[in-house]
Amino acid sequence: MLINRRKLFAGLVASPVLAGFAAPVPGNVATRGKFAPKLPPREALRQRYFPNVQLTTSQGKRVRFYDDLLKDKIVILNLFYATCEGVCPLTIMNLKRVRKILREEINHDIFIYSMTIKPEQDTPKALADYAEMHGVDDPQWLFLTGRPDDVDLLRHKIGFADPNPDVDKDRSRHSGMLRYGNEAMAIWGSCQGSADPEWIAQEIGFAVPRVFKRHPRVND
Amino acid sequence: MYFNANGERISRARWKELYQAFKNRQEIIRARLSRRDLWKMGLLSSAGMLVVKNGLSSRAYASWGDGNCRSGTSGCGNCASPFTTPWSMNMPIPPVKQPIALSALTGPPPTIAPNNAINAATGKPYEGRTRAHQSPIGSHSQLPFPATKIYQVTQKAADVDVSGGLPPQTLWTFDGVSPGPTYVAQYGTPILIRNYNQLPADNGGFGLNSVTTHLHNAHTPSESDGFPCDYFSVGQYYDHYYPNQLAGFLSTHQGTNGDVNEALSTLWYHDHREGFTAQNVYKGLLGHYILFNSLDTGNETTGFRLPSFPDYDIPMMFADRCFDAATGELVYDTFNIDGILGDKFMVNGVIQPVFHVHPRRYRLRWTNSGPSRFLQIYLTDLANPSASQPFWQISNDGNLLPHPVQVPAVALGVAERSDVIIDFSQYAGKTLYLENRLNQPNGQGGPTGSVVSGGQGFLMLKIVVDLPAVADNSAIPSASTSYYALPSVSGTPKVTRNFNFDQGRNGQWTVNGNLFSCNTARFLVQQNSLEQWNFQNGWNWSHPIHVHVEEHQVTKGAPGLYGSDGDDHNNYSRWGSQYCWSGCTNNSATGVNLARKDTVRLTPKANATIKMRFRDWLGRYAMHCHNVIHEDHAMMVRFDVAPTGDTKSSP
Repeated sequence: MLINRRKLFAGLVASPVLAGFAAPVPGNVATRGKFAPKLPPREALRQRYFPNVQLTTSQGKRVRFYDDLLKDKIVILNLFYATCEGVCPLTIMNLKRVRKILREEINHDIFIYSMTIKPEQDTPKALADYAEMHGVDDPQWLFLTGRPDDVDLLRHKIGFADPNPDVDKDRSRHSGMLRYGNEAMAIWGSCQGSADPEWIAQEIGFAVPRVFKRHPRVND
Repeated sequence: MYFNANGERISRARWKELYQAFKNRQEIIRARLSRRDLWKMGLLSSAGMLVVKNGLSSRAYASWGDGNCRSGTSGCGNCASPFTTPWSMNMPIPPVKQPIALSALTGPPPTIAPNNAINAATGKPYEGRTRAHQSPIGSHSQLPFPATKIYQVTQKAADVDVSGGLPPQTLWTFDGVSPGPTYVAQYGTPILIRNYNQLPADNGGFGLNSVTTHLHNAHTPSESDGFPCDYFSVGQYYDHYYPNQLAGFLSTHQGTNGDVNEALSTLWYHDHREGFTAQNVYKGLLGHYILFNSLDTGNETTGFRLPSFPDYDIPMMFADRCFDAATGELVYDTFNIDGILGDKFMVNGVIQPVFHVHPRRYRLRWTNSGPSRFLQIYLTDLANPSASQPFWQISNDGNLLPHPVQVPAVALGVAERSDVIIDFSQYAGKTLYLENRLNQPNGQGGPTGSVVSGGQGFLMLKIVVDLPAVADNSAIPSASTSYYALPSVSGTPKVTRNFNFDQGRNGQWTVNGNLFSCNTARFLVQQNSLEQWNFQNGWNWSHPIHVHVEEHQVTKGAPGLYGSDGDDHNNYSRWGSQYCWSGCTNNSATGVNLARKDTVRLTPKANATIKMRFRDWLGRYAMHCHNVIHEDHAMMVRFDVAPTGDTKSSP
């Protein structure tokens, strides 16, 4: 890496001082009237997208999707199933490399959640075997299964469903995208799981507040 | 198992209800019931929207045949904003940005190299730029530095009114307004804009306060282009140097200081942050930039004698948005990566506003700012909705045509622009509407190609011709009026490149099977050379493809107006006999497509060929889908303009 990501995370800096700007707010501003109070951004997102369903980890531990996995965390989400021979192995290998880069470069916990889309066959034991097969032994990387209905609900809520029903029901064609987010700051993005791991790490870094901007490596 | 738009499980009965609603609306459209009939039946609100009644809602779509609309709240046209009273606010016209003295800039004076010194107040480098300005150095040193005119703009949050019926919205703005102020620039007068990022840490649920501002269609050096990866952070500034020079001024047309036939007129600026463009533009970071010269002067008594700016020359930014029914807050569908449709139509930042005009000619500059909706805009008189109200289209993508073309409507994919001249003297005392009649059931695939009949589409702007009669010194447009001749692209291209846009097996957009990365230039264009690019759309969705740095000409596959031959029986738009909304391959460019463009609508499963030169500047640029949702998910290619190019035919 040409650009050092080390110590890039240093929390949010206070709003910088730059005096002298006028703040013309158009007049005639309507009142809230009949509308409900504005929700805090993360609360609005929670209600819209993050049902607090119960999932099970490869260790057999029961966890709640929002309370235990998302709240206050920086996370990466992806889909897989244990017998998937298409996009899954590449994504998992990429995520291993991403995890290593992020550990080296960003001084902040980042959790990875890989959720099966074949919960009826991917038991916690099958998930544990899968993690072991891929050499993933990491308390901040969870392999998750759950009730099929809950898994399907989550898949739709966080935009991993395909709008074309024929594609959607073919599970070998499940989304290869990654979702990443900073729950506390309501920053959510998406990138391609098959991309170059250096680039994926850079994208996930977008959700991590930094003092210095980090420019991509360029060829000049 | 059935789901509604929110991903909630619903009964089969409820799903059938939703689907029935969709079918009802289709039947109404097919039956061509008049607006008056619908009104009598109580099915149409005064806003021109079908009333939400007995499931008969324009929003209760079950798209894609069996209703697999699940991935979000708006991707399938299922946005359900609260009621707003149309025509309750006047259409705002963003202020014209005023230059300041060099000494009035906040922070240190502009530098040619990026100012990397640490600002003690922020702990960050003063400037976010990473490359030196090309314009004023080396062979380009005739360009003044800092510039002839200096501007300073601040990106910040502001509470703004978007409708009488909604609470004020906290948007991200340039100088407190969205759309931001309009820059009025002159060819031959370089400007420098110091662009401060003062956006808040609290994003209100979407948006990233790391930004890069792209000047769309400008012939701009790479470091000032607003390349997606040139983002800068809060507390920093970025000095954009816009030379305002005609293409060819340092290459093919040095003697005449550029090719006047490459003059640009209507441009827009918008955030282009890699991965977050859609969120940031949706949140308000956009505005217009217009360019005048000795022919297109802004004064109707000189040059082409187009209606005078600013009184009769009006920029209009079209957008669609979705609002939360309970809180009235602007909603962005974060986890929808296929495309987002709103059910509220905005012009210049206000939902369904009113515009009062004098009975004379006006130049209207139309920009479709998306995020995902395609438009086909008609002028409608509701007293006689089936009557065609033709007007003159004078530009395509903001570039003046060789001649005005009389058209019944204008089709605009996301980012496409069109200047039109409408003579309101024939409508004195009347009320007219700008109406989008293009059917588009979801944000993913683009339009279906069908067009609803007059008065049954979405009314976007009410135009009341009630101001007093005034002098009109502007020229009467006609087919024999001449603007700029079309520059020749008939030479042999140095290289022909093929691009296949597709969605891989696992929902990841690819261009020639490759994924985007800021770090990799997929190919090198040789500076000042002619290239031909063949676009192939391997997918049955629509993609407006935008190329940075210099405009192109579509030589094959140019899409026409949507609809059937019958919608253009008078052949107003002269798009030839072939109506092409899908599978366009060999459609030749005629009429308004005989033009310089920066965005080509790639219709489903279609091919298009473009030709262009990349002159004068060096560095990194982008070519991408301007359905900003697709763009953010990497339907984008970085290419670099370099002294020596490559000949990769399938980069």
